[in-house]
Amino acid sequence: MKSLIAIAGLLCVCAFAGCKREQRVFDPGSSGSQPANGVALNEVHAGGPIQVPDQGPYEESAYAVGEGKRLFSAFNCVGCHNHGGGGIGPALMDAKWIYGSHPQQIYSSIVQGRPDGMPSFAGKIPDYQVWELVAYVRSMSGQLPTDVAPGRSDEIQVKKAEQAKKKEHPPDETPQKIQKGQP
Amino acid sequence: MIIAAVPGFPGNQTSLNPVGPGAGRIEGEFALIFWITAIVYCLVLIALIVYVARRRHSMSDIPEPMPTTPQSDRWAKVAVSGAMVVTVLLLFTMMIGSFVTGHALGNMNRQTAYTIDVYAHQWWWEVQYPNDEPYKTVVTANEIHVPLGVQLRIHGTSRDVIHSFWAPNVQGKRDLMPGYDTDVMMQIDQPGRWRGQCAEYCGEQHAHMSFYMVAEPNHQFQQWLEQQAQSSIAPSTPQTVHGQQVFLSHACVMCHTIRGTPAGSRVGPDLTHLASRATIAAGLLPNTIGNLGGWILNAQALKPGCSMPPNQMTGSDLQDLLAYLGTLK
Amino acid sequence: MITTTAIESTAELTDQERLQAARLESVWREPRGWGWFKAVHHTTIGKRYAVTAFVFFGLAGLLAGGMRLQLAFPEAHILSNDLYNQFFTMHGSTMMFLFAVPMMFEALSVYLVPLMVGTRNIAFPRLNAYSYYLYLFGGLMFYVAFLCNTGADRGWFSYVPLAGPDYGPGKRPDFWAQLITFTEVSGLAVAVEIVVTVFKLRAPGMSLNRIPIFVWGQVVTAFMVIFSLPGVVLSSTMLLLDRTCNTQFFNPAVGGDVLLFQHLFWWFGHPEVYIIFIPGTAVISTIVTTFSRRHVFGYLVLVLSLVATGFMAFGLWVHHMFATGIPQIAESYFTAASMMIAIPTGAQIFCWIATLATGKVVLKTPMWWAIGFFFVFIMGGMTGIFVASVPVDLQVHDTYFVVAHFHYVLIGGAVFPLFGAIAYWFPKVTGRMMSEKLGQATFWLFFIGFNITFFPMHLVGLRGMPRRVYTYPANMGWTTLNQIESLGYVLLFIAVCLLLVNVSRSLRHGAPAGSNPWKAGTLEWATMSPPPHYNFLHLPTVNGREALWDAAPNQPVVVGLDEDVRSFLMTRSLDAEPDTRDEFPRPTIWPFLAAVATSIAFIASIFTPWGITLGAIPVAITMIGWFWPDRQPAEHRRTREIWQSE
Repeated sequence: MKSLIAIAGLLCVCAFAGCKREQRVFDPGSSGSQPANGVALNEVHAGGPIQVPDQGPYEESAYAVGEGKRLFSAFNCVGCHNHGGGGIGPALMDAKWIYGSHPQQIYSSIVQGRPDGMPSFAGKIPDYQVWELVAYVRSMSGQLPTDVAPGRSDEIQVKKAEQAKKKEHPPDETPQKIQKGQP
Repeated sequence: MIIAAVPGFPGNQTSLNPVGPGAGRIEGEFALIFWITAIVYCLVLIALIVYVARRRHSMSDIPEPMPTTPQSDRWAKVAVSGAMVVTVLLLFTMMIGSFVTGHALGNMNRQTAYTIDVYAHQWWWEVQYPNDEPYKTVVTANEIHVPLGVQLRIHGTSRDVIHSFWAPNVQGKRDLMPGYDTDVMMQIDQPGRWRGQCAEYCGEQHAHMSFYMVAEPNHQFQQWLEQQAQSSIAPSTPQTVHGQQVFLSHACVMCHTIRGTPAGSRVGPDLTHLASRATIAAGLLPNTIGNLGGWILNAQALKPGCSMPPNQMTGSDLQDLLAYLGTLK
Repeated sequence: MITTTAIESTAELTDQERLQAARLESVWREPRGWGWFKAVHHTTIGKRYAVTAFVFFGLAGLLAGGMRLQLAFPEAHILSNDLYNQFFTMHGSTMMFLFAVPMMFEALSVYLVPLMVGTRNIAFPRLNAYSYYLYLFGGLMFYVAFLCNTGADRGWFSYVPLAGPDYGPGKRPDFWAQLITFTEVSGLAVAVEIVVTVFKLRAPGMSLNRIPIFVWGQVVTAFMVIFSLPGVVLSSTMLLLDRTCNTQFFNPAVGGDVLLFQHLFWWFGHPEVYIIFIPGTAVISTIVTTFSRRHVFGYLVLVLSLVATGFMAFGLWVHHMFATGIPQIAESYFTAASMMIAIPTGAQIFCWIATLATGKVVLKTPMWWAIGFFFVFIMGGMTGIFVASVPVDLQVHDTYFVVAHFHYVLIGGAVFPLFGAIAYWFPKVTGRMMSEKLGQATFWLFFIGFNITFFPMHLVGLRGMPRRVYTYPANMGWTTLNQIESLGYVLLFIAVCLLLVNVSRSLRHGAPAGSNPWKAGTLEWATMSPPPHYNFLHLPTVNGREALWDAAPNQPVVVGLDEDVRSFLMTRSLDAEPDTRDEFPRPTIWPFLAAVATSIAFIASIFTPWGITLGAIPVAITMIGWFWPDRQPAEHRRTREIWQSE
């Protein structure tokens, strides 16, 4: 009897553990499907704190990251960024982030556009697809766990698969060492 | 004769209602195998039932095992050998029938056939009518118009995973695979809208990946082809002008082409002549204003997992957009 | 001379025999309690295989119920498309990898073959235990993954590129691929044991032409397993490498090939269905022989048909790929081969009917299942000719017609014989008889329910309904047939429940069986029911094809083997003359530990390539423990042999 309970407990634990990676949300609901317009970059707000959206769900779902990969080619991000190595646009697979590497910052880059050539996609891509793209972009520099990041693509190979990419450490995410004697 | 054996069924998307020589020959081989196997099956089972009934012993006890000698088994030897000979002959008959049918199908002339390119996507069919003059090449989706009585060459491949092009009334299926180019010869002799469906599991919406082969007399087909080769006409009423603006300023332009506008993306189906098609969403829904509106607003509710995202817009924007799309004949 | 006449119970034994039995029992006893993990006797492991496989059969059957519920209504939303895709993949994979082969080949052969050839244990008993644990852990892994929303969802044959890294996000196809690894290592191990058991451990006098047809069937199956399973191990490993290690086996853009997967898979996939079917024919031969009360007609033809089927099964695989556009001449060859394999199968059927026609037919439950086999399997064979013909296959491939075909041949060719085998051997395994009334009710319910469920699938497939669709439009004319099929499922469900009721009731209240309630002729009926752990009090010798029916009045037994250790006799492969002797190993924990280590390595490799390299270390350690030589028995044996030679 005890062993049965132990096994049932183990199964429940497993049920929670594996869930997020395999989540497939096809219909994101009305808030997710509105055209992307913008997202607050911090919680400070007139009138009180607001909730900054948590992008965990997209970064933890292999399906969502895979969709992001499909959209990266479909929406011609590869035209400027190639497959992460950059070209007309900056490389996305390294540790250098001109406008920040946090998910909200990448979202803003996509939606607002950026000087010197990054188009604004506001109103053109539904919100949830921007978050899928954000998750994929982060996977290109190895930020995502290997079981969530995509494997190699069925194309001519121009880089390692995202799941094999060594994790880069963007400066804004790496804690800076405090030097002695400095205030 | 097969149809008579299967009562009351509709004639579309079935191999038992051939509308061309391809499916017709296959039905012939099917009938040959059907009658031979049906008769053999009945004979073997009648023999089994008869012998079990005749030789059954009382249920209450189990008798001692019987001794057997070569003499006692003589007629059994003759019977089994005879049955084997008949089996081999019948198998050879069906096999030769199969070879003859396959040979005839393979001999459908390639040189003079009219070529149509089919590119299978997850979960829709891109159809191109190549022309020596590139600007006359027609690109459409999910609805394949063909001239009656003309040899067709469906030249196909897949843009992602393995799909299978199958219009059972017309011809056997052919798998469309990435990395492979394939040709399948067809001919349709009866006019009509013959439904086909993807026949190789290709992911979330394999169940909703259908197409129609519309067979019409040659002059009608040429008219259709010419119309499809045109660019879209510019919208003329305020509503349709605004509708075009809605199209160009929303997510639509990220995936769809409408020739004659700046929208040129090849991710999704070409919409230049959307209003000339009878169905939308790869045969899922009839092409009516209500269905189209529902599809645009939330395709995921109708075909979850497909590549079309939900789109939010105001009611009046949607109406104008639908009015514009309705002009794309 | 002591004879091999059936021993009803220990009451019949002389005092000397009783002492002998007690000595054998103390040497061969299986450990209790935590010793469950140390068991190495083939009857114990065989029973575990059977129970585990039946549990998986039940799980896969429940999944089928979910599918039938979803398909009972057009455009239903009972199962989402994602869940339905997982359901049909789990159903197919479970039935093929976790039920059909483990039950028909592994369970039946592991339990029955050593008894039927007259030896005390299967060859390589520790490998046998290891293979069972691997099978169990692989199945558990697969279902735990399913509970974690990671159930495989790309079909039971998981074609690329749909299952590849680009179109199969997440870990679902990886769990499928590793399930293959678990079950195929397990299957290969049992195949090797069966071949060695049948060729080296037969009772003296059991020359090749006296081997029971059941054993012939299982040894042919074992050879087929050995040659075909590497194909699927290769394809699933290549898939796993593509998904986790950046290999390009199936990437057409750089020279890989998606058809390579199909060829490798179906090289295995076609023999696989014969691996499932041939043990079914082996069971039918046995049941028909026993319940016709005569030697089976055409022994030589039957054996040659089994061997011919085994060979020819390897020449058919491309008939699963007729729609891929291969050259016509190649297609014609595979059409010819696929039709010609009906010849040996037809020969078997005619021989069985001839046996019935010239025997005295006893209509007990096992015989009913055999009759049901004829009806159902032959229908499946007939539709097989349709799909063997390329033009017709191009219309019915990947439709419900072919779903109907393979359910008729698989359920007819495996499940019907299996339920007959359960009714037939239950008395031997448990010592109790099953209820005849319940047995016949089960048969009729199952037979009728099966036909109601699967016959309409022929029609709905011809009317254009493809396979693996989670729903269908209401205006296609498929609704009524689908509803009939879903109703038939209810009958099948009740029938299987009845079978379980019969088993559980008979276990507790069934009439005592004695050693040979069916008065059958093969050697397993020569010993007590259930067999003691040493199998036979006196190891038998054999005088004819049906060992008990053809036994001479004073049929000799084997004497001279040391009864203080687990000794066994090896005989020559052709004529079974005594050759040498050796010792079976005693119960040991190492197979279990090795299986745990192997499972950890396999499951870890789903998530990281280091899983195999680092995981090999614990495996190596357990293997060292397993193979550590045991000095004492070897010296003891040497001392005894020196003494005996003086």
